[in-house]
Amino acid sequence: MKVSGHQRHGLWFAYISHRLSGLLLALFLPLHFWVLSLALNDRAALDGFLSWTDLWYVKVAEYGLVFLLSLHFFGGLRLMALEWLPWSARQKTYAATALAAGFAVSTSFFLSATFYG
Amino acid sequence: MTQISQPDQQFIKVSIWRGAGDKGGYETFDVPDQESQTILDLVSYIQQYIDPSLTYRFACRVGMCGSCAMMVNGVPRWTCRTHVKKITDKAGSLTIAPLRNLPVIKDLVVDMDVFFDKWVRAEAVHHPTRSIEQGVQPVSEDTAERQAANAAIECINCAVCYAACDVVASNPEYLGPAALNRAWSLVNDVRDGGREAILEAVSGTGGCHNCHSQQSCQKYCPNELNPTASIAGLKRETSKFALRNLLNPANKHNQGEPA
Repeated sequence: MKVSGHQRHGLWFAYISHRLSGLLLALFLPLHFWVLSLALNDRAALDGFLSWTDLWYVKVAEYGLVFLLSLHFFGGLRLMALEWLPWSARQKTYAATALAAGFAVSTSFFLSATFYG
Repeated sequence: MTQISQPDQQFIKVSIWRGAGDKGGYETFDVPDQESQTILDLVSYIQQYIDPSLTYRFACRVGMCGSCAMMVNGVPRWTCRTHVKKITDKAGSLTIAPLRNLPVIKDLVVDMDVFFDKWVRAEAVHHPTRSIEQGVQPVSEDTAERQAANAAIECINCAVCYAACDVVASNPEYLGPAALNRAWSLVNDVRDGGREAILEAVSGTGGCHNCHSQQSCQKYCPNELNPTASIAGLKRETSKFALRNLLNPANKHNQGEPA
């Protein structure tokens, strides 16, 4: 994807991060629901699937997934506040905070999964 | 402007889009590098001394008329107030193109009809409430509505926000930041009697709810207006308006109170 000159500013990157994280999460959702369905239909298969989460590269993939989820969540909160609350001039600060919060949540999850998982 | 021809003169490489409609390409010119030179100065130099057939649009040269906007290195800018030294890339070159999202008539001149037609579609026109005999309606500067109207009012119709908007690029029906910004200033103006008509107009196809809040309009507005904030205001007011009509259909044709 080529970023054009007029798109090179922080709030456009906040927009595209929110949009891409949402799309990637939407692609992941069918797999997520399929695995959940194993709890009802095939518990042994579910246990086998969940044992993958002990593998280091699956933990890293989970880290990415939780980062996308938390980035989308906090970015979505910023957008809802932008559209439904009185205007605030601190949009760049809020976008940076959403990124930092997403990073903090996902890193906490990763450290927790690595050392206590 | 005088033609420069000293032996030690430095030159800037300026690539300018030439052509009409969808057909054309970039042509490069060497323009003398001078102090305090604006992008419009470069274009004028080329037209006056190198290629008189270069077509571009300007009027006031002081950032009031809004007619000289162009894409400069991929960014929409008012060229009469944009200094060359502030925006040349590392190689010292410049690329100048007609405004994005508008049909090209020739070279750097775009057809603004689409842009202004959308102002009319958004009902961003004055709806008088008084006759001449009734005199001018007093306006209190202290109210929140007046301050919201004032914050949106200094638009010079340059279409920089329209060219910066990716939603306009992907959805030609979208009314665009300038028309919606004007609609918001009228929604908050006690002298305007078209509040309901405006809210209806900006709620439909291509209306305010198409905005993805990318905020490029706010980023590049040369007058530092904030169309994103205006569009967010319209989103709130149109939602309240629709909810009121849903809960009490008898209100549908009653004039609402200002925001």
